Amino acid sequence: MTRKGICYILSLIAYFGMPIGVLFIRSAEPYIMGLPFLLFWMVLWILLGSALMMIVHRLNPDVHEEVE
Amino acid sequence: MVISIGIITFFLIVSLVLGIMARRGKDMSLEQWSVGGRGFGTIFIFLLMAGEIYTTNAFLGTSGWMYGKGGAAFYNITMLNFIIAYWLTPKIWSYGKKHQLLSQSDFFTKAYNSKGLGIVVAVVGLIALIPYLVIQLKGLGIIVSEASFGAIDPKLTIWLGTIAMIVYVMISGIHGSAWTAVIKDFLILGVVLFLGIYLPVHYYGGIQPMWEAIEAAKPGFLSLPERGFSASWYISSIMLTSLGFYMWPHTFVAVYAAKSGNALRKNAIMLPIYALFILFVLFAGAAAILQVPGLSGGNVDLALFKISTQTFNPVIVGFIGAAGLLTAIVPGSLILMSAATLFAKNIYKAVKPNATDKQIGMLARYMVPVFALIALYNTFSGGAAITLLFLMGYGLVTQFAPAIICHFLKKNPLTKQGVFAGITAGVIIVGWQAVTGATMSSLFPSFPPAIQDINIGFIALGVNIIVSLVVSIVTQKGVTVITNPVEKVS
Repeated sequence: MTRKGICYILSLIAYFGMPIGVLFIRSAEPYIMGLPFLLFWMVLWILLGSALMMIVHRLNPDVHEEVE
Repeated sequence: MVISIGIITFFLIVSLVLGIMARRGKDMSLEQWSVGGRGFGTIFIFLLMAGEIYTTNAFLGTSGWMYGKGGAAFYNITMLNFIIAYWLTPKIWSYGKKHQLLSQSDFFTKAYNSKGLGIVVAVVGLIALIPYLVIQLKGLGIIVSEASFGAIDPKLTIWLGTIAMIVYVMISGIHGSAWTAVIKDFLILGVVLFLGIYLPVHYYGGIQPMWEAIEAAKPGFLSLPERGFSASWYISSIMLTSLGFYMWPHTFVAVYAAKSGNALRKNAIMLPIYALFILFVLFAGAAAILQVPGLSGGNVDLALFKISTQTFNPVIVGFIGAAGLLTAIVPGSLILMSAATLFAKNIYKAVKPNATDKQIGMLARYMVPVFALIALYNTFSGGAAITLLFLMGYGLVTQFAPAIICHFLKKNPLTKQGVFAGITAGVIIVGWQAVTGATMSSLFPSFPPAIQDINIGFIALGVNIIVSLVVSIVTQKGVTVITNPVEKVS
């Protein structure tokens, strides 16, 4: 698989990970890090999503093509 | 009270002076004025885009939603729009740079080689922008009037804020917005962190005890309901807004202002962390649920200020008010500038092609007070219909997404006729839905709830895509297939 292909797959995971989980959340419990579970899930995916996109940025061949 | 007014006035004057000084050392051609000569690095683009996150809507609207709707408000903590931005905005930027584009409408004119399509996009964009500006002005009035403990008439504040905006936008263009964004961001971060931590601790002894107290008083309030604002509403709305976020005419302009595609990519990675601060706005809104009960309807937007004025002395309230003032002025100025540029360059110039660049530049500047006055008029005359118009605005700009995304495919399946028909169909449905208040459940009464709760915006977008494709297939016959020989998109 090309680096670009890996980038696209990681981006798709970052995009759909949060929505898929939301389908299964039924109550405010358990509280994690002081947050109701749905809110914790949203925060978790901001952090996971950003981490994934940082990896994408490392791998993305377009980044190096560009002369700044 | 006098102190809080003094603090707000101080910040208004500082932002005005900074906004005017931003002009220094630059010749103000239209390109400098509206897209900063395409010289903004990661930091400035970050600040301009961040201005998009922290509008008055985020400050008042998000806390109000938390107060009124509970768990459904958590949809504000999302980064799906930035994942789309990571891939899409560098492409928009490089295409814009290559062809010296200044507006969103320019993009359509060039990409689909059609002046008519450019005009249509400019008109739809203008219709969507005005209510967005009205929201900022209304918010400005609420914020300063509440922060002055009711001593200042909202009308007066709205006038003063608008005049400040007109002055620095006319003189410094986007440079003014960028510099004001700097103070705004520091101030708002400080205020939001302080409110979001202090209020829960002060009233409930901590963050988790606050949530538990709310859940005990209103069981189920902190998760999604089975019907209405359910999981399928939640997910479909997040996905729809992730498409619409970068489709606003003024956001497009902020993209053009970047120095490089990488500045935009880095920006898309950093902004989600910044969006995390919305969490603290939610904390503040949640703290108000049990402390200032009884607000309903449009008044939920007052929740943040009601609890603040009840809790703090005027000095702190003054700082909160000043932060709120800037959340209205920075996005407001960007919106004003985009509207003026759109009108001068994409409507006037398209009708009168022999106008010189200098004339267009002048006209754009003189349109700033004109649009400000139109927005002021709507601010003072419009009632509850404003929220409706705002949702409509978001629905309208989302209709641009398919044509923009398709343009960057290896082979664009859409023709200019297809795009024209698709956008027109989408816009008509958005308008019809806004006027009649139709919902999925009223349209499809026999469908299961999971489908009925889907955000109705998807219907307009779906029809748009189908019409675009069908008309494109028909019009492609006998016409040379539109590919994009000019740019190589990787």
